[in-house]
Amino acid sequence: MSKRTLNILLPAITGALFVAIWYAVRFSMSEEMRFLLPTPGEIIASFQANGTELGRAALNTAEGALLGFLFATLVSSAFALALSVSSLVRISFYPYLMMLQMIPVIIFAPILVLWVGPGLKSVVVITFLICFFPLVVNTTQGLVSTDRNLVELFRMYRASRPQEIFLLRAPAALPYFFTGLRIAATLAPIGALVGDYTAGSSAGDGGGLGFQAIIYSSQAKYPALFATAAVTCVLGFVFVALVLSLSWLSLHHWHDSYERTDN
Amino acid sequence: MPAVVQLEDIHKTYDSGEVQVHAVRGVSLTLNSGDFMAIMGASGSGKSTLMNTLGCLDRPTRGRYLLDGVDVSGLDRNELADLRNEKLGFVFQGFNLLSRTTALENVELPMLYGRQRASGRDLQTRAEHCLQIVGLADRADHFPSQLSGGQQQRVAIARALVNNPQVLLADEPTGNLDSKTAVEVMGVFQKLNDQGITIVMVTHELDIARFCKRNLIMRDGRVVSDITVADRLFADAELQRLRDAEAAAKLTD
Repeated sequence: MSKRTLNILLPAITGALFVAIWYAVRFSMSEEMRFLLPTPGEIIASFQANGTELGRAALNTAEGALLGFLFATLVSSAFALALSVSSLVRISFYPYLMMLQMIPVIIFAPILVLWVGPGLKSVVVITFLICFFPLVVNTTQGLVSTDRNLVELFRMYRASRPQEIFLLRAPAALPYFFTGLRIAATLAPIGALVGDYTAGSSAGDGGGLGFQAIIYSSQAKYPALFATAAVTCVLGFVFVALVLSLSWLSLHHWHDSYERTDN
Repeated sequence: MPAVVQLEDIHKTYDSGEVQVHAVRGVSLTLNSGDFMAIMGASGSGKSTLMNTLGCLDRPTRGRYLLDGVDVSGLDRNELADLRNEKLGFVFQGFNLLSRTTALENVELPMLYGRQRASGRDLQTRAEHCLQIVGLADRADHFPSQLSGGQQQRVAIARALVNNPQVLLADEPTGNLDSKTAVEVMGVFQKLNDQGITIVMVTHELDIARFCKRNLIMRDGRVVSDITVADRLFADAELQRLRDAEAAAKLTD
């Protein structure tokens, strides 16, 4: 069997098995407990019933996730450049960067709501905070991991410091940057969801998926809750797919992580 | 013949903590235009230090170094760097190419800096010409990862040539290559040398040194032997011999 067929067939079999187990568990439950695990059919039906609501919520969350993600990418890149300049700067900032990552964002959420107001603004800030750390750490690591020989080569040719940074260090840091971006891409929708869950509001443009999750759980609409999870999942896939294609576009013709067949 | 390089009683001492390392102990050496010399010696013999001194990457502790008539010891860092970029070309064991840039852009690299910045078109013409010299004109738009080791080293040689240096300094240029590719690269060096470029290379392989005209052997920071190669090898003939041997091996299969 060709590799390509296997690539499709094997996940399909795992998926079918998973759904079979799902149904088995569901029908082994006593009648009155079955509401805890809706069937895929029920979830699809709730998609149809709550489609517009979920679509709007998904767009709101996507907006918050995207803005926070872009903001984090920009700020972290600038920050990483500053950190890469000297190890003294890195030593001064690293403990606080770590702290930023260690403190659960949820604790800040209530105060963030007071600072910037509920809704999109808070969601963007929370997404930013969650995405920032992996981005800044990876990009900085990339900027300081340039091949020593090449740095010496540039210095030998008397390249200026900006030339060294923008012609050598920054491009060489791209694979690291994209590693950070890939992690941040999986975190961004989750960050936006958490942000929305803790600081979302139905005011103005309406809430996002996190806000919707609160509503559905309070209404005991469990199939809709599963549908919300599925939508979040799709959102995550979209983000990761976007970053992967960006990464492919900028790396595939020179970086070893992409196999080439042409010669 | 005019002397391109003249070393007079060069000493180099390193302070590594409490121990003083006397890496080069009084080397005097004259390289004439058109020389092709291999420096050999065990690790720690001082050959790398000597190479760094020749490349103006390291100042001698004592002694005089005249590069194309200019006394190097009197120059400050910037003057030294300018002189280096003007007179010398460097080839390294690990090629040191930028992986995200094409062969052509890699060759253009040394021209991007320094005092005399060439115009875009002039830059490209010169880089293309240098790629042609090393026989890679048709690979100009390839990335290093799309090239074999030998081809990568030839791109690096083209890069070393782009500022029209008088002396090419190569540090173990065949160290990362298989024997046949190494002979091909030596062929490129021989061709360049025939065109008048002075070449100094460090190698620890005896049969690679035999492609040069002159062999210098160092031990404990001193020159212990400086001979003209009597039974010199020529890359064209060697490659032909390798091809014949390959063909013969196929016939006997």
